[in-house]
Amino acid sequence: MDPLQEYLLSINRRQMLRGAAAGGLAFLGSTALQQILMADETRTQGSEQSHSQNRHGLPHFAPKAKRVIYLYQEGGPSQVDTWDHKPNLSDWFDKDLPETVRGTQRLTGMTSGQSRLPVAPSMFPFRRFENNEDGLWVNEQLARTAEHAKQLCVIHSMKTEQINHGPGITFMQTGHPLPGRPSMGAWLSYGLGTENKDLPSFVVMISQGRGQMQALFSHLWGTGFLPGENQGVQFRASRDPVLYLNNPKGMAREDRRRTLDLISKMNQQQAEQLGDSEIQARISQYEMAYRMQTSVPALTDFSGETAATLELYGPDVHKPGTYAYNCLMARRMAERGVRFIQLYHRGWDHHGSVPKDLPMQCQDVDQAQAGLLKDLQQRGLLEDTLVLWGGEFGRTVYCQGPLEREKYGRDHHPRCFSVWLAGGGIRGGIRYGRTDEFAYNIAENPVSVHDLHATILHCLGIDHERFTFKSQGLDFRLSGVEPSRVVREILA
Amino acid sequence: MKNLIYAFVLTCCLLLCGQLTAQDSNGKKYSYNRDIRPVLADKCFACHGFDAKQRQANLRLDLADGAYGLADSGQRAIVPGNLAQSQLWLRIQSTDADSVMPPQASHKSLTDGEKEILMQWIEQGAEYQGHWAFEPIVAPTFKEDSEANKQSTKLSIDDWIEKPLKELGFSLSQEADHPTLLRRLSLDLTGLPPTPDEIDAFVKDDSVGAWEKQVERLLQSPGYGEKMAMTWLDMARYGDTNGYLHDILRTGWPWRDWVIQAFQNDKPFNQFVVEQIAGDLIENATPEQVLATAFCRNHLITSEGGTLAAEFLNEYAADRVQTFGTAFLGLSLNCCRCHDHKFDPLTQGDFYSLQAYFNSITEKHSENNTAVAYEPFIEIASPLAPDGEKAKVMIMREAPEATKTFVLTRGQYDLPDANRPVSRTIPAIFRSNDQEFPATRLGLAQWLTSNDNPLLARVTVNRIWQKFFARGLVQTVDDFGAQGDYPSHPELLDQLAYQLQHSDQFGASHAWSVKFIVRQIVTSNAYRQSARVHAELMSKDPDNRLLGYFPRQRLTGEELRDQAMFVSGVLSPKLGGPPVFPYQPEGLWEERANEGSNTKVYKRSEPNGLYRRSLYTFWKRTCPPPLMTLFDAPDRTYCTVKRSTTNTPLQALALMNEEQFLECAKLLAIRALGEQSDDTRRMQTMMKRLTGRELRADELEWTRALLQQSRERFAQTPEDATEILKQGVSGVPADYPAPELAAWMVLANALLNLDEVLVKN
Repeated sequence: MDPLQEYLLSINRRQMLRGAAAGGLAFLGSTALQQILMADETRTQGSEQSHSQNRHGLPHFAPKAKRVIYLYQEGGPSQVDTWDHKPNLSDWFDKDLPETVRGTQRLTGMTSGQSRLPVAPSMFPFRRFENNEDGLWVNEQLARTAEHAKQLCVIHSMKTEQINHGPGITFMQTGHPLPGRPSMGAWLSYGLGTENKDLPSFVVMISQGRGQMQALFSHLWGTGFLPGENQGVQFRASRDPVLYLNNPKGMAREDRRRTLDLISKMNQQQAEQLGDSEIQARISQYEMAYRMQTSVPALTDFSGETAATLELYGPDVHKPGTYAYNCLMARRMAERGVRFIQLYHRGWDHHGSVPKDLPMQCQDVDQAQAGLLKDLQQRGLLEDTLVLWGGEFGRTVYCQGPLEREKYGRDHHPRCFSVWLAGGGIRGGIRYGRTDEFAYNIAENPVSVHDLHATILHCLGIDHERFTFKSQGLDFRLSGVEPSRVVREILA
Repeated sequence: MKNLIYAFVLTCCLLLCGQLTAQDSNGKKYSYNRDIRPVLADKCFACHGFDAKQRQANLRLDLADGAYGLADSGQRAIVPGNLAQSQLWLRIQSTDADSVMPPQASHKSLTDGEKEILMQWIEQGAEYQGHWAFEPIVAPTFKEDSEANKQSTKLSIDDWIEKPLKELGFSLSQEADHPTLLRRLSLDLTGLPPTPDEIDAFVKDDSVGAWEKQVERLLQSPGYGEKMAMTWLDMARYGDTNGYLHDILRTGWPWRDWVIQAFQNDKPFNQFVVEQIAGDLIENATPEQVLATAFCRNHLITSEGGTLAAEFLNEYAADRVQTFGTAFLGLSLNCCRCHDHKFDPLTQGDFYSLQAYFNSITEKHSENNTAVAYEPFIEIASPLAPDGEKAKVMIMREAPEATKTFVLTRGQYDLPDANRPVSRTIPAIFRSNDQEFPATRLGLAQWLTSNDNPLLARVTVNRIWQKFFARGLVQTVDDFGAQGDYPSHPELLDQLAYQLQHSDQFGASHAWSVKFIVRQIVTSNAYRQSARVHAELMSKDPDNRLLGYFPRQRLTGEELRDQAMFVSGVLSPKLGGPPVFPYQPEGLWEERANEGSNTKVYKRSEPNGLYRRSLYTFWKRTCPPPLMTLFDAPDRTYCTVKRSTTNTPLQALALMNEEQFLECAKLLAIRALGEQSDDTRRMQTMMKRLTGRELRADELEWTRALLQQSRERFAQTPEDATEILKQGVSGVPADYPAPELAAWMVLANALLNLDEVLVKN
C-alpha cells in the first residue's frame, strides 16, 4: 500500500481513538481489556474453524488426540535388541566398530577407557510382524506388543543431545536438559486444562523394573514457571494413591463432611467480610478434595473390570505399583478424561548384561502395554488417545565390558534410538527413519526430541511455535528455540 | 463490528487508565521507560535490539541513534515529532502482509493501544532514556517543611503510596484491628503467630509507640533470623543432597545456620553478600567468612558414572554465574551462555568473563563418589552452636592458577572458541571509569556492593518489599532487565534502595541495615491497613498494585506447619544444627531413589526431631518434603526468588489428613481441655491461638454443633475415637475419655483448616 494513503487511513482511526483519554497505559496490561479482547479473538477464530477454544486460544486447530499416555522406559532401552533389527550384524561379532562409523561420537566415562569397542550383535531372535508396509521385525520378547504392528508407528531415527540419564530424561520430559522447565504434561495441563473436575489433569505413576535404576526427580513432572496447579500429581502404589487422600482411621466420611460444612460456613462469612475471591476458590478446592476422596478410590477399584479385561494386562495387574497395574490405571484415567498420563517404568540401564536384564524388563512391560493398546482400541479410546513409548537415549552397538555371544553390556548412545507412537493422530503400521547397519548413526530422517514434542503437540491441536509462556522476559516453548518441525510423515 | 467493539473497549479502558494515573488526556507525556520500552522490548527488540546476530535491516530500536538514523532501507524508523516520515509508524500500521511490523512469522502483534502510545510518543518527540534499572539511584526527596532538619526527618513510605491513590480520589484503608495486626506482624517477622497473652498485652497497650515496641520485640526474637533465612535458602538453592542421579547426602547446614545468624544480628547486607561470594579471599578471613562462600557451592553436583569433568565443572561455574545474576542483579544471565542477550545489553562474552571469576577453584569432578563434601571444603561447627558437632561444608578456595576461559560456542562445554579468550571483567554496561576493582571474586563482590552499582540495593529492597506485600514494587523480582516490569512506585523503590545503602544516615547503627528497611515497612500505614478488599478501588486497580488495601497472602508450607506445631504447643525452640526428618508418608524416597544413593531410605527422626521448625527439615532435592512442595516451595535445584501461590485440592487434603497436622489437632485439643474448664472458653482459646480473635455468636453456635455431633458419634463408636487419637507418636493423657477428646480433635482439625488460619490477613 502507498505509505501516504496508509497514513491517511491511520489518521482516521487515530481521531477516533483520540476521543478517548489516552493516559496511563502502563496499567493496561492486566485490565479486563485483555480478557475481553482475548475472548473476542477466540470467538473469531472459533467461527473460522470447527472447534472451540479455551482462554489460551487453544487448541489452535481441531485436535486428533485429546490426551496422552506416555509409557516412559527409564534407563535407555537398547534399540538393537528391541525395535531396530540388524540381521547382518552377527558377522561382526567381536570385530571392532569401524572408525568411520564411530566418527567423533563422544563416549561416556564408562567406555572411554576401553581398549576396544567390539560389536555385540543382539543375541535375541527377531520375528516379522505384519504392518501396513513391508513388516516390522521385533525381538520376540516384545511379541505381544508387536502384534499391534498395524497400529504402531516406530521411529528408528530419534536422537538426543544428552548422554547421561539425569539431563537425558529431563530433556525428553521438558525439552531442556537442566531442571526447572515445565514438563510436557504440565504444558498440556496448562494449555488444554482438565476434562474431569474430580481428578488432576496430569498424573504420574511409577513402576520398578529389574535392572539398574536411575533416580526419578520430581522436576520431571514439575511445572517450572507455569502456574503450580499444572504440576503432575504422582499416584502412588499404596493405601493413599494420592498423598493424604484418606481421612485418618477412625474418621468416617460423615465426620469429614461435618468438618467441611463448618469450614465452608465460616469461610463463606470470611469471604463476605473481606470480599476476597480467593476464599471462594478455597471453598471449592476443599469440595473437590472431598470429591477426590471418592473419585480416586473409584479409579483404583478394579472390581468392575471383567476377567477378560484383566487378563489382557497379565497377572501383575492385581499388584499395585506394577507396570501392568499402572497400564490399566492409565486406561481408566483416559476414560475419565485425565489429560496427560505419565508412566515411568524403571530399569532399562543395561550396562552389565543385556541378555540377562532385557528379557526381565520385556516380561514386565510386553503383555501389559499390549493389553493397554487392545483395551483402548476395543473401547474406541485409541482414536483420541496418543500413546507414546520410549526412553531417553539408545545403547551402543559395541560392547561395554567383556563380550560373549550371550553376555554383553551396552553403554549410553544418544545418536539414535527407537520410540513408537500409536493412536490419536498417528499413522499406524509404519516405520519412520532409518539407522545405518550398526544402528549407530541415523541414515535418514532424523527426529530430534523437539521434533517429537512438536509432533505430539500437533496431534493435540497445538501449533508448537505459538504455544508460548513468558517468563523472565522470554517467550518459552516446549519445543525450544532452535528450529524444530512437526514430523508430518507420521501423521494420520 | 469487531473494530467497533475494540474501539469501545479501548475507549473505556483509556478513560479508566486516564483516571488511574489522573493525567489530563491532552497533557499526558509518555515516558520511554514506563510506556514505550516494555512494548518495544516485547515486540521489536528480538530483531531490532541489542543482539547483533539477530538484528535485521541493520536497525536497532533500543537506542536513539539507531532509531533516528538511516537504516539499510535508506529511511529512518523514527523522525521525532514527525509521524508521516517515521517508518516505524507506517510499518506497524501497514495492512500489507509483506511490510507490516512485527512480521507475521514472529507471531507477535501490536494491540491498538500499543500502537496509539507509540504514535503519541513519536509525536511528542520520541525521547529515549537509559533503562531505569541501570540508572543511578535517585536520592530521596525530603518533605518541604522539613528541609531544614533532614537528619531527623522520617521519610515516609506512605507519602509515596498515598500519592497515586489520592490522585484517583482514594486513600489508604483504615487500620486493621489490633489482633489481626499483631498476627500479621508476628507471621511476617518470625513466621509464627502471636500467643493469646501477647495479643492481650498489645490490645491493652495504648501507649505511644505500642506498635514500635512489638516491632522491636519481634525483630529481636530468634524467629526473625529463621524467617528471613527461609527465603534466602530458596534463592541460594540450598539443599541437603547433591541432586542429579545419586542425590548424595551433603552437610552444608552450618552455612544455613550462618545465614540465620547473619539476619539475626543484622549483619550489614553488603558484607553479607561479599562474604558469600568471596569470604575466602578477604584478608585474614575468619572460618565463618570462608563458610559463607558455601553459597557459591550450593548448586547440584553429579556423581553419575561416566559423566565428564569438563562438562560438569563448566555447569557448576555457569550455575554460580546464573545465581549471581538472578540473586544480586535481578538479571537473567543464562541466555548469554549461548548467545548475546536479546533484550538486555549483555553479551555472551560478558557471561564468560563473569564465569572466569567463578571457575578457578580447587574442585574436582567426583564420579561414583559418595563423600558428603567434595574439595574444597572445611570442617566447621554451626555458628549458632560453636561447640557442637562439626560438619564438612563445601566452600570456595582459589586454585593457584586461574582457569583459562573462552567463550563457548552455543554454550557447549566442548566447543570453546579459541579466538575468543576472556578474562575476569565486569559487564561493559556496569563498568565505570571512576573506580577500578581487582580482577578477583573479591573485586567482583566489591563492585557489586559498591554504591556505583544501583542494582543490588534495588533488587534487594524489592525482594524485602515482596515479603510483606506479596509482590515487589517491581513485580518481576527476577528480572530488572528490559523485559522486566516497570516499578509501580519508582521513587519509593529508589528511596528504599538509597536508605538501604545509607541506613546509617537515617538513624541505623550501620549502613546496609536490613532491619532498618524492615522497620520502615512494618511501621508504615500502608502495612497496617485492613485487608478488606476495596471494591470500588478494585474495579480501577484490579491487581491492587497501588496498595489501597493490604494484600492477603496464603502462608508458605513452612509457616503452615510451624504454626500448627506452635499453637498446639509442641514446636521446638532449638536453633540450628543438622537437618531433621519429620513425619513423611512411607516409601516416598524409596520408590524413586537410585540404588547408589545414600539418601534412599527415609528414617524418621526421634521425637525431638519431629517438632523442629520446617527450615530444619532435611531437603532431598530429587524428592523434597511434600508438605513444602504442595505449597509451592521450589525443589531448590536452582536459584528461585519468588514462589507462586496456588490454591489446590491437594493442599486441602494435606491440611486435613497429614499426620503432623492431625497430631497437632490432637495436641491443640488436649491443650484447650487442660487450659479451660468449659466448652465455650475452650473453643474461644483454640480460635484465639489460631486466628488471634474469638468466635462470634453464630460461629460459636456452628462450632458447638460440630462438637456435639462428634461427641455423640464417638460415644456410639468409641473404637473410632481410640483409633483417631493414634495420630503421631505423642500419647494421650488419661484424664479425658477418648470420645470426648476425639470430638475436640475433630473440631481442632476443622479450625486448623479455616481460610483465616491459612492466610495472613
